[in-house]
Amino acid sequence: MSLAGFGGVLAFARRGIVEEHRWMTADEFNETYALCHFLPGPNVVNLSVVFGSRFRGVIGGIAAFAGLVGPPMVIVTIVGALYMRYGEVDALRRILAGVTCGAVGLLIAAVFRMMLPLLRRRDIAALAIMMLVFIAIGIARLPLQVVLLAAIPVSIAVTYIMRRGTA
Amino acid sequence: MTPNGNPVWSLVLTFGLMSLFAVGGANAAIPEMHRIAVDVRHWMTDREFADIYAISQLSPGPNVLIVTLIGYSVAGITGALAATLAMCVPTAAFAYFVSRWLMQSRRSQWPAIIQASLVPLSIGLMAASALVVAQAADRTWAAVLATIAAAILAATTRLNPLWILLIGGCLGFAGVI
Repeated sequence: MSLAGFGGVLAFARRGIVEEHRWMTADEFNETYALCHFLPGPNVVNLSVVFGSRFRGVIGGIAAFAGLVGPPMVIVTIVGALYMRYGEVDALRRILAGVTCGAVGLLIAAVFRMMLPLLRRRDIAALAIMMLVFIAIGIARLPLQVVLLAAIPVSIAVTYIMRRGTA
Repeated sequence: MTPNGNPVWSLVLTFGLMSLFAVGGANAAIPEMHRIAVDVRHWMTDREFADIYAISQLSPGPNVLIVTLIGYSVAGITGALAATLAMCVPTAAFAYFVSRWLMQSRRSQWPAIIQASLVPLSIGLMAASALVVAQAADRTWAAVLATIAAAILAATTRLNPLWILLIGGCLGFAGVI
Protein backbone atom coordinates (compact mmCIF):
# COMPACT_ATOMS: atom_id res chain seq x y z
CA MET A 1 0.00 0.00 0.00
CA SER A 2 1.71 3.10 -1.20
CA LEU A 3 0.96 6.30 0.60
CA ALA A 4 3.38 8.38 -1.40
CA GLY A 5 0.50 10.29 -2.91
CA PHE A 6 -0.46 11.31 0.56
CA GLY A 7 2.67 13.21 1.33
CA GLY A 8 1.97 16.79 2.07
CA VAL A 9 -0.26 19.52 3.15
CA LEU A 10 -4.00 19.44 3.20
CA ALA A 11 -4.14 20.80 -0.33
CA PHE A 12 -2.24 17.74 -1.59
CA ALA A 13 -4.39 15.32 0.38
CA ARG A 14 -7.61 16.95 -0.75
CA ARG A 15 -6.53 16.94 -4.36
CA GLY A 16 -5.47 13.29 -4.19
CA ILE A 17 -8.53 12.00 -2.37
CA VAL A 18 -11.30 14.08 -3.89
CA GLU A 19 -10.10 15.19 -7.30
CA GLU A 20 -7.82 12.44 -8.54
CA HIS A 21 -8.89 9.20 -6.90
CA ARG A 22 -12.49 10.25 -6.25
CA TRP A 23 -12.55 8.22 -3.04
CA MET A 24 -14.81 10.84 -1.54
CA THR A 25 -16.97 13.79 -2.53
CA ALA A 26 -16.15 17.32 -1.35
CA ASP A 27 -18.78 17.10 1.40
CA GLU A 28 -17.61 13.66 2.52
CA PHE A 29 -14.05 14.87 2.60
CA ASN A 30 -15.06 17.89 4.69
CA GLU A 31 -16.87 15.67 7.15
CA THR A 32 -14.15 13.04 7.45
CA TYR A 33 -11.70 15.85 7.71
CA ALA A 34 -13.75 17.44 10.47
CA LEU A 35 -13.99 14.05 12.19
CA CYS A 36 -10.23 13.98 12.25
CA HIS A 37 -10.28 17.12 14.35
CA PHE A 38 -13.14 16.42 16.55
CA LEU A 39 -10.66 13.77 17.41
CA PRO A 40 -8.37 16.70 17.68
CA GLY A 41 -4.79 16.69 16.52
CA PRO A 42 -2.88 16.89 13.29
CA ASN A 43 -5.54 16.37 10.64
CA VAL A 44 -3.58 14.67 7.91
CA VAL A 45 -1.99 12.30 10.40
CA ASN A 46 -5.39 11.35 11.77
CA LEU A 47 -6.77 11.10 8.27
CA SER A 48 -3.98 8.70 7.33
CA VAL A 49 -4.60 6.52 10.37
CA VAL A 50 -8.35 6.41 9.74
CA PHE A 51 -7.80 5.71 6.06
CA GLY A 52 -5.12 3.11 6.66
CA SER A 53 -7.22 1.30 9.22
CA ARG A 54 -10.25 1.33 6.93
CA PHE A 55 -8.26 -0.50 4.27
CA ARG A 56 -6.08 -2.80 6.38
CA GLY A 57 -7.08 -2.62 10.07
CA VAL A 58 -4.64 -1.76 12.86
CA ILE A 59 -1.60 -2.61 10.77
CA GLY A 60 -2.82 -0.31 8.01
CA GLY A 61 -3.27 2.49 10.51
CA ILE A 62 0.22 2.10 11.94
CA ALA A 63 1.74 1.71 8.47
CA ALA A 64 0.00 4.83 7.24
CA PHE A 65 1.21 6.76 10.28
CA ALA A 66 4.82 5.60 10.00
CA GLY A 67 4.87 6.10 6.24
CA LEU A 68 3.42 9.55 6.55
CA VAL A 69 5.43 10.92 9.45
CA GLY A 70 8.72 9.00 9.52
CA PRO A 71 10.63 9.95 6.37
CA PRO A 72 9.43 13.58 6.19
CA MET A 73 10.43 14.05 9.81
CA VAL A 74 14.00 13.10 9.02
CA ILE A 75 14.08 15.44 6.02
CA VAL A 76 12.53 18.36 7.82
CA THR A 77 14.92 17.98 10.75
CA ILE A 78 17.88 18.16 8.38
CA VAL A 79 16.42 21.21 6.66
CA GLY A 80 15.74 22.75 10.07
CA ALA A 81 19.35 22.20 11.10
CA LEU A 82 20.52 23.90 7.91
CA TYR A 83 18.18 26.80 8.58
CA MET A 84 19.56 27.24 12.11
CA ARG A 85 23.03 27.52 10.63
CA TYR A 86 22.39 29.55 7.48
CA GLY A 87 19.11 31.28 8.33
CA GLU A 88 20.70 34.72 8.30
CA VAL A 89 22.09 34.44 4.77
CA ASP A 90 20.37 37.16 2.77
CA ALA A 91 19.48 35.10 -0.33
CA LEU A 92 17.89 32.39 1.82
CA ARG A 93 15.90 35.01 3.71
CA ARG A 94 14.45 36.31 0.47
CA ILE A 95 13.64 32.82 -0.81
CA LEU A 96 11.83 31.93 2.40
CA ALA A 97 9.87 35.18 2.30
CA GLY A 98 8.71 34.22 -1.21
CA VAL A 99 7.83 30.68 -0.15
CA THR A 100 5.85 32.06 2.79
CA CYS A 101 3.71 34.08 0.36
CA GLY A 102 3.05 30.94 -1.67
CA ALA A 103 2.26 28.90 1.45
CA VAL A 104 -0.18 31.48 2.82
CA GLY A 105 -1.80 31.68 -0.63
CA LEU A 106 -2.28 27.89 -0.63
CA LEU A 107 -3.84 28.05 2.80
CA ILE A 108 -6.27 30.75 1.66
CA ALA A 109 -7.18 28.66 -1.39
CA ALA A 110 -7.80 25.60 0.82
CA VAL A 111 -10.03 27.68 3.08
CA PHE A 112 -11.93 28.94 0.05
CA ARG A 113 -12.48 25.46 -1.31
CA MET A 114 -13.71 24.16 2.02
CA MET A 115 -16.12 27.10 2.24
CA LEU A 116 -17.67 26.34 -1.15
CA PRO A 117 -20.07 23.60 0.07
CA LEU A 118 -21.24 25.95 2.84
CA LEU A 119 -21.74 28.81 0.38
CA ARG A 120 -23.66 26.59 -2.03
CA ARG A 121 -26.01 25.50 0.73
CA ARG A 122 -26.33 29.15 1.89
CA ASP A 123 -25.51 27.87 5.36
CA ILE A 124 -25.57 31.28 7.09
CA ALA A 125 -25.24 29.89 10.63
CA ALA A 126 -22.12 27.91 9.77
CA LEU A 127 -20.58 30.85 7.96
CA ALA A 128 -21.30 33.14 10.93
CA ILE A 129 -19.65 30.70 13.36
CA MET A 130 -16.71 30.45 10.99
CA MET A 131 -16.30 34.24 10.99
CA LEU A 132 -16.54 34.47 14.78
CA VAL A 133 -13.83 31.84 15.23
CA PHE A 134 -11.67 33.63 12.68
CA ILE A 135 -12.05 36.95 14.51
CA ALA A 136 -11.49 35.47 17.98
CA ILE A 137 -8.34 33.57 17.01
CA GLY A 138 -6.90 35.52 14.10
CA ILE A 139 -7.59 39.10 15.18
CA ALA A 140 -8.25 39.07 18.93
CA ARG A 141 -5.58 36.35 19.35
CA LEU A 142 -7.44 34.64 22.15
CA PRO A 143 -6.09 31.30 23.41
CA LEU A 144 -7.31 28.31 21.40
CA GLN A 145 -8.71 26.40 24.38
CA VAL A 146 -10.91 29.27 25.53
CA VAL A 147 -12.36 29.88 22.08
CA LEU A 148 -13.08 26.23 21.36
CA LEU A 149 -14.64 25.49 24.74
CA ALA A 150 -17.12 28.23 23.93
CA ALA A 151 -17.50 27.61 20.19
CA ILE A 152 -17.90 23.81 20.10
CA PRO A 153 -21.10 23.64 22.23
CA VAL A 154 -22.58 26.60 20.35
CA SER A 155 -21.83 25.08 16.97
CA ILE A 156 -23.22 21.68 17.96
CA ALA A 157 -26.40 23.30 19.32
CA VAL A 158 -26.88 25.39 16.19
CA THR A 159 -26.32 22.42 13.88
CA TYR A 160 -28.74 20.30 15.92
CA ILE A 161 -31.46 22.95 15.80
CA MET A 162 -30.96 23.56 12.09
CA ARG A 163 -31.24 19.85 11.32
CA ARG A 164 -34.40 19.51 13.35
CA GLY A 165 -35.81 22.53 11.59
CA THR A 166 -35.26 21.04 8.14
CA ALA A 167 -36.10 17.44 9.01
CA MET B 1 5.33 24.07 33.29
CA THR B 2 8.33 25.72 34.93
CA PRO B 3 10.18 28.10 32.62
CA ASN B 4 13.55 26.93 33.97
CA GLY B 5 12.73 23.23 33.76
CA ASN B 6 13.77 20.82 31.07
CA PRO B 7 12.67 22.34 27.74
CA VAL B 8 11.82 18.89 26.38
CA TRP B 9 9.16 18.46 29.05
CA SER B 10 7.70 21.84 28.35
CA LEU B 11 7.55 20.90 24.65
CA VAL B 12 5.74 17.65 25.46
CA LEU B 13 3.30 19.44 27.77
CA THR B 14 2.69 22.27 25.31
CA PHE B 15 2.05 20.12 22.26
CA GLY B 16 0.38 17.27 24.10
CA LEU B 17 -2.16 19.74 25.46
CA MET B 18 -2.42 21.63 22.19
CA SER B 19 -3.08 18.45 20.22
CA LEU B 20 -6.23 17.90 22.28
CA PHE B 21 -7.54 21.28 21.15
CA ALA B 22 -6.27 21.26 17.59
CA VAL B 23 -9.73 21.12 16.05
CA GLY B 24 -8.81 21.48 12.41
CA GLY B 25 -5.38 19.96 12.69
CA ALA B 26 -1.91 21.43 12.62
CA ASN B 27 -2.89 24.24 10.29
CA ALA B 28 -5.68 25.27 12.61
CA ALA B 29 -3.34 25.27 15.60
CA ILE B 30 -0.87 27.65 13.94
CA PRO B 31 -2.22 30.73 15.79
CA GLU B 32 -1.90 28.87 19.09
CA MET B 33 1.63 27.68 18.23
CA HIS B 34 2.54 31.24 17.33
CA ARG B 35 1.03 32.59 20.55
CA ILE B 36 2.97 30.11 22.70
CA ALA B 37 6.25 29.93 20.78
CA VAL B 38 6.60 33.68 20.11
CA ASP B 39 4.48 35.59 22.63
CA VAL B 40 4.40 33.40 25.74
CA ARG B 41 7.64 31.41 25.78
CA HIS B 42 9.81 33.50 23.48
CA TRP B 43 11.24 30.41 21.82
CA MET B 44 11.58 32.33 18.53
CA THR B 45 10.87 35.62 16.79
CA ASP B 46 7.98 36.42 14.48
CA ARG B 47 10.23 36.13 11.47
CA GLU B 48 11.67 32.78 12.53
CA PHE B 49 8.14 31.51 13.01
CA ALA B 50 7.15 32.57 9.49
CA ASP B 51 10.34 30.99 8.10
CA ILE B 52 9.70 27.74 9.93
CA TYR B 53 6.17 27.69 8.57
CA ALA B 54 7.53 28.17 5.04
CA ILE B 55 10.04 25.34 5.54
CA SER B 56 7.38 23.00 6.90
CA GLN B 57 5.18 23.68 3.87
CA LEU B 58 8.03 23.32 1.42
CA SER B 59 9.16 20.02 2.89
CA PRO B 60 7.46 16.82 1.80
CA GLY B 61 5.13 15.40 4.39
CA PRO B 62 2.26 16.46 6.58
CA ASN B 63 2.03 20.02 7.79
CA VAL B 64 2.31 18.91 11.40
CA LEU B 65 6.06 18.98 10.72
CA ILE B 66 6.10 22.61 11.84
CA VAL B 67 5.91 21.09 15.32
CA THR B 68 9.04 19.07 14.57
CA LEU B 69 10.83 22.27 13.60
CA ILE B 70 9.71 24.17 16.68
CA GLY B 71 10.87 21.22 18.80
CA TYR B 72 14.19 21.14 16.99
CA SER B 73 14.84 24.84 17.45
CA VAL B 74 14.09 24.59 21.17
CA ALA B 75 15.89 21.37 22.12
CA GLY B 76 17.61 19.80 19.10
CA ILE B 77 16.85 16.29 17.85
CA THR B 78 15.35 15.19 21.15
CA GLY B 79 13.05 18.19 21.08
CA ALA B 80 12.04 17.46 17.49
CA LEU B 81 11.08 13.87 18.33
CA ALA B 82 9.39 14.73 21.61
CA ALA B 83 7.29 17.53 20.14
CA THR B 84 6.20 15.50 17.10
CA LEU B 85 5.20 12.43 19.09
CA ALA B 86 3.44 14.54 21.72
CA MET B 87 1.40 16.15 18.95
CA CYS B 88 0.61 12.96 16.98
CA VAL B 89 0.42 9.77 18.97
CA PRO B 90 -2.35 10.49 21.49
CA THR B 91 -4.71 11.84 18.88
CA ALA B 92 -3.85 9.22 16.26
CA ALA B 93 -4.79 6.47 18.72
CA PHE B 94 -7.90 8.41 19.63
CA ALA B 95 -8.80 8.84 15.94
CA TYR B 96 -8.45 5.13 15.39
CA PHE B 97 -10.83 4.20 18.19
CA VAL B 98 -13.38 6.89 17.45
CA SER B 99 -13.52 6.03 13.76
CA ARG B 100 -14.22 2.42 14.68
CA TRP B 101 -16.88 3.50 17.11
CA LEU B 102 -18.45 5.72 14.45
CA MET B 103 -18.56 2.86 11.96
CA GLN B 104 -20.55 0.85 14.51
CA SER B 105 -22.96 3.62 15.42
CA ARG B 106 -23.85 4.81 11.96
CA ARG B 107 -27.54 4.89 12.77
CA SER B 108 -27.14 7.51 15.47
CA GLN B 109 -27.44 11.06 14.17
CA TRP B 110 -25.01 12.51 16.71
CA PRO B 111 -21.73 11.69 14.99
CA ALA B 112 -22.99 13.40 11.83
CA ILE B 113 -24.13 16.45 13.78
CA ILE B 114 -20.88 16.77 15.67
CA GLN B 115 -18.88 16.35 12.47
CA ALA B 116 -20.95 18.89 10.58
CA SER B 117 -20.75 21.36 13.44
CA LEU B 118 -16.97 21.20 13.48
CA VAL B 119 -16.59 22.07 9.80
CA PRO B 120 -17.11 25.82 10.24
CA LEU B 121 -14.81 25.86 13.28
CA SER B 122 -11.95 24.26 11.41
CA ILE B 123 -12.39 26.55 8.41
CA GLY B 124 -12.40 29.61 10.69
CA LEU B 125 -9.26 28.39 12.45
CA MET B 126 -7.44 27.82 9.15
CA ALA B 127 -8.39 31.28 7.95
CA ALA B 128 -6.97 32.66 11.20
CA SER B 129 -3.76 30.69 10.56
CA ALA B 130 -3.37 32.34 7.17
CA LEU B 131 -3.71 35.76 8.79
CA VAL B 132 -1.29 35.01 11.64
CA VAL B 133 1.45 33.69 9.35
CA ALA B 134 0.95 36.57 6.92
CA GLN B 135 1.35 39.06 9.75
CA ALA B 136 4.37 37.27 11.20
CA ALA B 137 6.22 37.44 7.88
CA ASP B 138 7.92 40.67 6.81
CA ARG B 139 5.13 42.39 4.94
CA THR B 140 5.54 44.47 1.81
CA TRP B 141 2.94 45.33 -0.80
CA ALA B 142 4.70 43.05 -3.26
CA ALA B 143 4.40 40.20 -0.77
CA VAL B 144 0.69 40.87 -0.24
CA LEU B 145 0.16 40.85 -4.00
CA ALA B 146 2.16 37.63 -4.38
CA THR B 147 0.08 36.00 -1.63
CA ILE B 148 -3.17 37.00 -3.33
CA ALA B 149 -1.86 35.79 -6.68
CA ALA B 150 -0.87 32.44 -5.14
CA ALA B 151 -4.30 32.07 -3.56
CA ILE B 152 -6.07 32.75 -6.86
CA LEU B 153 -3.73 30.45 -8.75
CA ALA B 154 -4.25 27.63 -6.25
CA ALA B 155 -8.03 28.10 -6.10
CA THR B 156 -8.66 28.27 -9.83
CA THR B 157 -6.10 25.93 -11.39
CA ARG B 158 -5.01 22.38 -10.77
CA LEU B 159 -1.37 23.40 -10.60
CA ASN B 160 0.63 21.25 -8.20
CA PRO B 161 0.93 23.25 -4.92
CA LEU B 162 4.66 22.61 -4.87
CA TRP B 163 5.05 24.75 -8.01
CA ILE B 164 3.36 27.65 -6.28
CA LEU B 165 5.81 27.40 -3.39
CA LEU B 166 8.75 27.16 -5.78
CA ILE B 167 7.57 30.12 -7.85
CA GLY B 168 7.29 32.10 -4.62
CA GLY B 169 10.83 31.07 -3.69
CA CYS B 170 12.18 32.12 -7.11
CA LEU B 171 10.44 35.50 -6.95
CA GLY B 172 11.87 35.97 -3.47
CA PHE B 173 15.36 35.07 -4.63
CA ALA B 174 15.04 37.49 -7.53
CA GLY B 175 14.29 40.19 -4.98
CA VAL B 176 10.81 40.92 -6.27
CA ILE B 177 9.03 40.21 -2.99
